[in-house]
Amino acid sequence: MNWIEPNIIDVNPLQQLNEQGILTGETSISDEEKLEIYKWMVKARRFDELAVKFQRQGRIGTYAPLIGQEAAQVGSAFALEKKDWIFPSYREAGACFVRGTKPSSFFKYAMGHLHGGILKEERIFPVQIIIGAQTLHAAGSAWADQYKTNGAVSVAYVGDGATSQGDFHEALNFASVFQLPVIYFVQNNQWAISVPYHKQTNSQSIAQKALAYGMTGVQVDGNDAVAVYETMKQARSLAREGKPVLIEALTHRMGPHTTSDDPSKYRSREADEAWDKKDPIFRYRKWLEGLQLWSEEEEQDLNASIEEELKQAFNEAAETTTASLGEALGHVYEKPTNRLKEQILEWEGSGESK
Amino acid sequence: MTEMNMIEAINFTLKQEMEKDENVLILGEDIGRNGGVFRATDGLVDTFGERRVVDTPLAESAIIGTAVGMAVRGLKPVAEIQFLGFIYESMDQIAAQAARIRFRSAGNYHAPMVIRAPYSGGVKTPELHSDSLEALFMHSAGIKVIMPSTPSDAKGLLSAAIADPDPVLFLEPMKLYRALRENVEEERFTIEIGEANVVMEGSDITLISWGAAMAETKKAVQMLEENGYSIELIDLRTIVPLDEETIIDSVMKTSRCVVVHEAVKSAGVGAEISAIINEKALFYISAPVLRVTGYDSPYPVATVENEWIPSMDRIVREVKHVWELSLD
Repeated sequence: MNWIEPNIIDVNPLQQLNEQGILTGETSISDEEKLEIYKWMVKARRFDELAVKFQRQGRIGTYAPLIGQEAAQVGSAFALEKKDWIFPSYREAGACFVRGTKPSSFFKYAMGHLHGGILKEERIFPVQIIIGAQTLHAAGSAWADQYKTNGAVSVAYVGDGATSQGDFHEALNFASVFQLPVIYFVQNNQWAISVPYHKQTNSQSIAQKALAYGMTGVQVDGNDAVAVYETMKQARSLAREGKPVLIEALTHRMGPHTTSDDPSKYRSREADEAWDKKDPIFRYRKWLEGLQLWSEEEEQDLNASIEEELKQAFNEAAETTTASLGEALGHVYEKPTNRLKEQILEWEGSGESK
Repeated sequence: MTEMNMIEAINFTLKQEMEKDENVLILGEDIGRNGGVFRATDGLVDTFGERRVVDTPLAESAIIGTAVGMAVRGLKPVAEIQFLGFIYESMDQIAAQAARIRFRSAGNYHAPMVIRAPYSGGVKTPELHSDSLEALFMHSAGIKVIMPSTPSDAKGLLSAAIADPDPVLFLEPMKLYRALRENVEEERFTIEIGEANVVMEGSDITLISWGAAMAETKKAVQMLEENGYSIELIDLRTIVPLDEETIIDSVMKTSRCVVVHEAVKSAGVGAEISAIINEKALFYISAPVLRVTGYDSPYPVATVENEWIPSMDRIVREVKHVWELSLD
């Protein structure tokens, strides 16, 4: 009998740029692109630090930090084309920035503005709250592109927790059966709120789950922007040919799940320190410096310009006029039902009497 | 005009809509070669091919979830859930995804899709095939809910549902799929979603029903008319949006109302109708609004289902009860 045992599955994460900033593989990234990727990662991290600070100061609402996942997000989004669509969770500000989202949009989203985080022009689906639900939307979107032969791909961004959801498995199955131009990009950041990877699944890797669905899977060092970018490029061409791909980017959520939880309750400082040494930005900067593409002076200039941009973005969000409940109620259906019209009038009446 | 039963009318409409717009495609379990377990999609795969008539793997959440993605990206998916009792498996994708996307994106995204599902009892199905779950969706803002009771209404409303810019749940009474035939206009036409049909005018009591329950209600009306009652019969046709105007106008005229539905009583659509009448026509009614409904249990096994479903006798009894309770 040919038993299929988990230990016959061998997964080695792909790495191109090691923890010391030394390129161990080959890359097609041009010098100009190398710098762009770096700048996006630094911007994502600074945005993240500011968002956490603003939440602590009560200036924005709950925020889900992405610190540690900059290479996974920027590297993957940077490999896409403009016509592609992405389906993010709530932790994907970095990927969204690369697609053209203004930081002010994300501040507005966190402030609870009606028009916050609406990213249609950037071909980004509204941020998903229900874990894994967007995997199916991405499959449907890819289906539409396949139907219209647009040559675009759709990418669903999920975390390791989402791989326990039924929707994730139904999505992989559909993607493979219908040969959809879709990529599932899992950021395995080791934690689903407080539950570690080994309690989320007994699989050795998430990448291997692709095998069961008859599709291609790959595990990549998610803190290595070069490897993530190259993997995503290849996945994109496979997906375009109707070969969907599951990518597992091994990374680490350095911060809490959201500004509402305290990681010291469920994880050790020692384990975190091991991951800190794999910092995606540190190694990338060392690489650029080794290539004579980056200097301390340029670093300071970059930080100053990002600081200024984010300050302006926050001010823009803070000064945005609040939409009314009446306006919001107008968006339940294309045309409000009679019942809703009545309720909008009731709301207007209550406004007058205040 | 051609004589059709409801299943034929639905099949005819799907074909007509797919011919009209190549972005319309249908997906679901066994809808292709098998033509659907009730033959609603019979022959469509021969006409339109597997690209537009998609037999999917057995996964309700994926059927609806992929339809959401397609709809947002410019296709017009008509998804089938084989039996309404199986729709719980896709509840997140309907209530939290399809229904909410317009609202939570401030109108930037919307999912113009149709979900068709057979429901209703009286046909001795196994467990979880017959449940009437319309109230769940009435409670999920952002989706429309249609429940026709005649072949012609099914045709006009299905065309309207496919043209609608919002997600629509289209519930088909299994019991009435082949129960009656009538002349149906072949030319494409639509019936406005949210417009009830006053089936019969009368002055004593308003009877409100929809979908599968219309069959017994009509029988009861006939019996009551023979007993000298003048009944105004309203077929709601659409649960969301609800045609409050027709309900209120009728009740103001008759001053009495009985609602008949197959779903369980508690927090059902009948409770909503009763509340509307209370809010908007209290001083025009002379008796409490009564409901004839299924019992507050899961849908029962076949041997007792006929006692569970609102019967002509129960409807007649409640109408007489309202008459006795009347103040005038």
